[in-house]
Amino acid sequence: MSEPLLQARGLSKRYGARIACADISFDLDPGEVLAIVGESGSGKSTLLSLLSTELAPETGSVSYRMRDGVLRDLASLSEAERRALMRTDWGFVRQDATQGLRMAVSAGGNVGERLMGLGDRHYGRIRARALDWLDRVEIAADRIDDPPTRFSGGMRQRLQIARNLVTTPRLVLMDEPTSGLDVSVQARLLDLIRRLVAELGLAVVIVTHDLAVARLLSHRVMVMRGGRVVETGLTDQVLDDPADAYTQLLVSSVLAA
Amino acid sequence: MSEMRGPESPYNFAYLDEGTKRMIRRALLKAVAVPGYQVPFASREMPMPYGWGTGGVQVTAAILGRSDVLKVIDQGADDTTNAVSIRRFFAKTAGVATTTRTADATVIQTRHRIPETALTEAQTLVYQVPIPEPLRFLEPRETETRQLHALGEYGLMHVKLYEDISRHGHIATTYAYPVEVAGRYVMDPSPTPKFDNPKMDDCPALQLFGAGRERRIYAVPPYTRVRSLDFEDHPFRVQRFDCPCGLCGAEGVYLDEMLLDDTGRRMFICSDTDHCEERRAAGHVGTEGA
Repeated sequence: MSEPLLQARGLSKRYGARIACADISFDLDPGEVLAIVGESGSGKSTLLSLLSTELAPETGSVSYRMRDGVLRDLASLSEAERRALMRTDWGFVRQDATQGLRMAVSAGGNVGERLMGLGDRHYGRIRARALDWLDRVEIAADRIDDPPTRFSGGMRQRLQIARNLVTTPRLVLMDEPTSGLDVSVQARLLDLIRRLVAELGLAVVIVTHDLAVARLLSHRVMVMRGGRVVETGLTDQVLDDPADAYTQLLVSSVLAA
Repeated sequence: MSEMRGPESPYNFAYLDEGTKRMIRRALLKAVAVPGYQVPFASREMPMPYGWGTGGVQVTAAILGRSDVLKVIDQGADDTTNAVSIRRFFAKTAGVATTTRTADATVIQTRHRIPETALTEAQTLVYQVPIPEPLRFLEPRETETRQLHALGEYGLMHVKLYEDISRHGHIATTYAYPVEVAGRYVMDPSPTPKFDNPKMDDCPALQLFGAGRERRIYAVPPYTRVRSLDFEDHPFRVQRFDCPCGLCGAEGVYLDEMLLDDTGRRMFICSDTDHCEERRAAGHVGTEGA
């Protein structure tokens, strides 16, 4: 049995009197894809912010197994350690690509930023790796010097993925990476994510309101409502045979094409 | 406490009151102690617009003594409006001696150049700085840039240089070229041409930087390592000029391009007017020199 990569214990967060997350605990194994599903306002994104330490939980903790094999509470890391972890071993793909990319910087610069942050000072090498990654996310090599403002929505998301994966992280958090894209672009992006996740053995926590995305990508699903986890289990099990009344409603709400 | 020029003068010595000078000196001491670190200070309203050197003027006012000899240059020249006004300002409010000769000056306030004549331990160079934050154009949030400085995360600075190379094939930043000071802080050397960057390294003179609008002071103490950032395969290089100065024949100095008439005739002359005049006085003549 492998040891968990990420461990959340009793996470809670309120905005004033409103509960965003209540007592959430789970383990994530290396290479495992966990989908967090639920409708808008169910606390999915807040949970992701808690995991990424962008928000501090009121109670509970998030622990991560560092590369040396030691499980450490993220709150106990120094600011420098935390930031180093976020830009090497973690990735964060955001719903809004303008928040995850530097829009004024070329695609190559966006991909190369993490490498330069790690101290790579060889232009030719940085550029070669940027080209390699653009190729892997199916962005043509001649677009390397274009800023993402000239990219379509789907390309921006793919660029975000390249920018995050260039340091070969072990954990990637994704916040609704496919929403706002039309269905054919969505399908291509999902294919790409699925391929990269398998190739690199990434552990992923993906937040989505789209059950099809969860079905396609994830091994396990966690269903949230009103800040609480109402059901959790293997993806097929939860989606095909939901036990909780709310999950049943959610599954039956999906329109068949 | 107040130190008046005379019973009739309405101004304290060098315009600023002694309390303000003390506040600025405290910031200067901290800046010297932490080379390249931007120290916030309570910048005062000065009788000139922002962008005309309010930061440099405040630093100069705080360090000026009665026996100092002041030189002020603007783009290397002693005779432009900005330089003349600031020189007259201190002649009037402090009554100090002024000069245009680099070798004679003890305090040199500068906008955008470092004199060609090598500086000495007895001299202090005061820079006027418009935007002290080298990371500003890539990271607009002040809270974030401070964080980046504190943690020494300067990858972003190289993103800017990367963008230069990808766009122009070489590092096209020619002024305000970022430097690393004493192996720690990355600093904006103010909009001096990168030609002058090597002069900052291991310089015997104390270098002080004042940004009035942005309320920051920083410093490079004498004999400090100042390294221009670059890539291994695109090393830092200074500008080269094809011809010597048209007036004095000097080579290896920074030149300004002068248009001579409406047929496109032009000549290149020393940007450092004092350097040029001294060479001509010593008998050097360029191709266009009369």
